[in-house]
Amino acid sequence: MNLNQLHQLQPYLWCLPRQPGETRAEVMLYGSAPLLVSMDDKVLEQVANVACLPGLAGAAMTMPDAHWGYGFPIGGVAAFDAEQGGVISAGGVGFDISCGIRCLRSNLTVHDATPSFTRLADTLFQTIPAGVGEEGHIKLNTAEIDQVLQEGAHWAVRQGYGNTADLEYIEERGCIGGAVPDHVSELAKKRQRGEMGTLGSGNHYLEVQVVERIYDPAAALAFGLHEGQIVISIHCGSRGLGHQIGTEYLLMLAKAASRLGIRLPNRELACAPIKSPEGQQYIGAMNAAINCALANRQILTHLTRTAFTEIYPHAELETLFDVSHNTCKVETHKIDGKSRLLHVHRKGATRAFGPGHLLLPERYRTVGQPVVIGGSMGTGSYILAGTSGNQAFASASHGAGRAMSRHQASARWQGRALISELAQLGILIRTRSMRGAAEEAPGAYKDVDLVAEATEQAGLARRVAFLRPKVCVKG
Amino acid sequence: MLAQSPPYFEHDADIGIIGRGTTVEQAFEAGAHAVFAIITNLDVVQPKSAVTFEFEEADSEFAFVTWLNLLLGKSRELGMVFSRFHVQHWDNRWRAEVLGEKWHVGLERGVEVKGATLTMLSLKHAGSIWEARCIVDV
Repeated sequence: MNLNQLHQLQPYLWCLPRQPGETRAEVMLYGSAPLLVSMDDKVLEQVANVACLPGLAGAAMTMPDAHWGYGFPIGGVAAFDAEQGGVISAGGVGFDISCGIRCLRSNLTVHDATPSFTRLADTLFQTIPAGVGEEGHIKLNTAEIDQVLQEGAHWAVRQGYGNTADLEYIEERGCIGGAVPDHVSELAKKRQRGEMGTLGSGNHYLEVQVVERIYDPAAALAFGLHEGQIVISIHCGSRGLGHQIGTEYLLMLAKAASRLGIRLPNRELACAPIKSPEGQQYIGAMNAAINCALANRQILTHLTRTAFTEIYPHAELETLFDVSHNTCKVETHKIDGKSRLLHVHRKGATRAFGPGHLLLPERYRTVGQPVVIGGSMGTGSYILAGTSGNQAFASASHGAGRAMSRHQASARWQGRALISELAQLGILIRTRSMRGAAEEAPGAYKDVDLVAEATEQAGLARRVAFLRPKVCVKG
Repeated sequence: MLAQSPPYFEHDADIGIIGRGTTVEQAFEAGAHAVFAIITNLDVVQPKSAVTFEFEEADSEFAFVTWLNLLLGKSRELGMVFSRFHVQHWDNRWRAEVLGEKWHVGLERGVEVKGATLTMLSLKHAGSIWEARCIVDV
């Protein structure tokens, strides 16, 4: 991205000035100059298109890890006001609805756990269904799927997957309201029958990590983190059901937009007014998919505990937090000093409520919401905490962001060689897809340290802990 | 010439796929082949079972996306991977027959494709060649 097109407002905040006659809303880009320079020009084009949509509240924004997506950029944040003709966009949520990260803290230290890492890696790989074509052990009929879509992680806990203590530390306490299973197609439900409790593929993973560095001791204490501690991150989403909803509604909303007189700068921005029947239908289906994702990560949490106790009989894994980064949620935010009820789209962006927010669990209320920036399998990840001064509708980065395409990565690295190299560094990878491993090579991602630093410097969230990967089950 | 042209184009996080043929149907079939080649090595997928389906779509570009997404949906619903693709259309109706087999240990595990998007979606006719393309989310 050419920075000459931008105006720097603050060291880590830029805007795209409007040309004479341009009627779009403001565009704000968070990040450092090097991160923005590394972004494709398409990011700017996409976020500028988002700023043209009706009913946008404030600015269309990108986070420091933004990259070119479909419709909205990945790392995009946009809030719409239903009372001002605001829209809901399937492309603003993404196909993997409510993709996110469940983070578990353990009572194990790296010292205790290291001698058994190989056995742990093998056991996790056998226990967690991962990769394309892999089904889970849970088979559900349509009526049971409907229950999952209504009840989210609560359904999973009732079936014996995890415990009620987990629910307190999941966004929406494990179940979002407004889910309408009837707005989810039969094909979407059929796709999900064998996919509950599966990790998926691509950039999804289950990673065993060690807390290598604490940045904020007070927040770390509240989050129950200390140096040398083993934690686990599970990155996945709503699986086939969410993918099917995303694909079906993208097309439906694209057709609806032209019928409803919405002039789209690009049809990939497929959307409908929040108050329209089409908009309401998508919202009902999307909320159902959010519940599906919450249930899926709850089941995977249970499977992870099963694998851990097989290797470490005294292991205890508690849910630190479960946060989604592909959603649209109804939230109250202040704009120009006035509280407004908004539909906040976060596509590849994490909610990051600051200290004192009433939706946070009491344990975290004084320090802010846990935020996870997932890095590559060879570098590391960050846990951050929400800040009070966040001006991006309480949003923050979600990952490192890709530095090169999958095709470029698979041409440059070979899966087996890469896995051997990482093993030499003390990182054990288990995967069924050598091609997938090559595409996910650490070198294919941007520097997660720069993203986390920029996220903090921009005032979006502050760093609490750095996590170094030790075992990674890749989808 | 068709076989030598790469069936993919670059995208930051996902993958651009291209299907080319001398008819719209052939371009759609080649696009499906490009999608499923991301998922596994199609050379070893046996055409053991046939799956048929139909859909209606007046817009040919939207039809390309619908075709790919129905294939992905059926594949996941049935636990199958497809390697042979046939589609016909008249007026707004599209009728497909695809062949493949259930997943088994002998098949390479590539990367899951979540769905076809409207991004960079196009269907163009140049000379004697039809070319369909779009970004697929992986």
